Amino acid sequence: MKVPLSRIAHTRSGDKGDTANIGVIAWQERHYPILLRELTPARVKAWFGNLVSGDVVRYELPNLSALNFLLHGALGGGGTVSLRTDAQGKTFGAALLSLEIEVHEHELAE
Amino acid sequence: MIRIANGQGFWGDWLEAPVRLIDQGPIDYLVLDYLAEVTMSILQKQRQADPNLGYARDFPSLIGRISKKLLDRDVRVIANAGGVNPVACARAVRQLAPGLKVAVVLGDDVFPRLDEFLGKGYEMPDLDTGRPLSTIRDRILSANAYIGAFPLAEALASGAHVVIAGRSTDTALTLAPMVHHYGWAADDWDRLAAGTIAGHIIECGAQTTGGNCQVDWQNIADLDEIGYPIIEAEPDGSFCVTKHAAAGGRVSTDVVKEQLLYELGDPQRYITPDCIADFTSIRLADAGPDRVRVSGIRGSPRPPTLKLSISYSDGWKAIGTLVYSHPQALEKAQAADRVVRRRLARLGLSFDEIYTEFFGVNACHGPAAPPAADPPEVQLRIGVRGFDRKAVDRFTRELIPLVLSGPPGATGYGEGRPPVREIVAYWSALIPREEIQTRVEVVE
Repeated sequence: MKVPLSRIAHTRSGDKGDTANIGVIAWQERHYPILLRELTPARVKAWFGNLVSGDVVRYELPNLSALNFLLHGALGGGGTVSLRTDAQGKTFGAALLSLEIEVHEHELAE
Repeated sequence: MIRIANGQGFWGDWLEAPVRLIDQGPIDYLVLDYLAEVTMSILQKQRQADPNLGYARDFPSLIGRISKKLLDRDVRVIANAGGVNPVACARAVRQLAPGLKVAVVLGDDVFPRLDEFLGKGYEMPDLDTGRPLSTIRDRILSANAYIGAFPLAEALASGAHVVIAGRSTDTALTLAPMVHHYGWAADDWDRLAAGTIAGHIIECGAQTTGGNCQVDWQNIADLDEIGYPIIEAEPDGSFCVTKHAAAGGRVSTDVVKEQLLYELGDPQRYITPDCIADFTSIRLADAGPDRVRVSGIRGSPRPPTLKLSISYSDGWKAIGTLVYSHPQALEKAQAADRVVRRRLARLGLSFDEIYTEFFGVNACHGPAAPPAADPPEVQLRIGVRGFDRKAVDRFTRELIPLVLSGPPGATGYGEGRPPVREIVAYWSALIPREEIQTRVEVVE
């Protein structure tokens, strides 16, 4: 079944120049494998469409049940160059929460 | 155990936070982080206009306000408030707090040395684009080397109550008191990495005590009196993250995880002047109410280079807005955007970028935003940027006419024409660390 990412994870996002980062943290350790399977860099890049001009790179932090995404070319130049409302990518993490991921019912069962 | 608190996550953060940290419970060191990437260029311009300026002007008045408490409770302050003029900052502090001993760390400002570096053959290419620094040489506004914890620890060893640095790393402010107090060696990579990660956890102030936090945010208590974070650092490098019990907010493993991921790059290579910290080695444990224990951190040797933070002038920009209301608010705003763009094109004006957002529909999340069917109101927000200041200035005159000459019902233009602002862009490069010699001065 399909559920929004917010069902199993929370996020925080920020910037380094024209690169946005999104940390995605599984609420429960046992849901980390779902993140690994569903949240590919390609899916994240497609979700943000024309907001992201460069590559999306994924790093794994199994000790925190978390993934870290770097979205290059994501902030319209970044810093004071950017003409965007969210020039620092502060809301990118929240934007990712409504991405729908495919999970099996038994994976969510308590 | 020593207690290190962060009372300021950026210049402009909550003015009451550091005062409350001292009032509400015991701390040994108060760390204040003032500098963002573009802050240095603003400060450089202020110093060019007045040689007594160029530092974070909130800082001396804060120290004046808390100076008696610092002495009474034996709290020492470490801040990168010095900007491009740490000595002037120290003098201003001494005027308002004459009872305090103040030390400054100098040597990070390399603005006057750039031609010397270029002459030595350092091309200082931008870490993002690879372009050599010579392509922007005549537009540079400031240049500073990020310095680490050891010069700050040396300043603490002078016995100063207040240590003022220029462009130190944010994490060094927190690591320095650990190096000073516990005498950690410059090659004790695991402990240095632990102190660095402690610094990362508290460098954004209340972002690690429940601010800007998605975790059950509706139920985080008393954000109006949120407590700023405190590190309880042990000699073995392990530490607890906590806050004063009387203050609002929340510290939990979930909250600390969010801050650990904030503005992170490669988690196995968090590079600082002091060490390279490995975020995949971190172990978190719930250690009671508002208390998280952190251990297991590993580090590896520091790089042979230091990072330079360089700012440069990169043209002009302006952003203007108009508001359209229901019905067909989005259609009206889209039509107005087309009118503005056609008028700009007919004037023969060209820009590096014209960017339009429909605020209330897609400004923050772009194509990831949920569909907005017939929103009650939409703000049209158009920005332009380019090197032709006259073109940008002309743009600022092209929005308000739409009130009478565009789609029906435009409002929200009360602020008048938007200002034209200089774009200050950021450039980062590397320099061999032996080129940067820091020194400590006590300002009497």
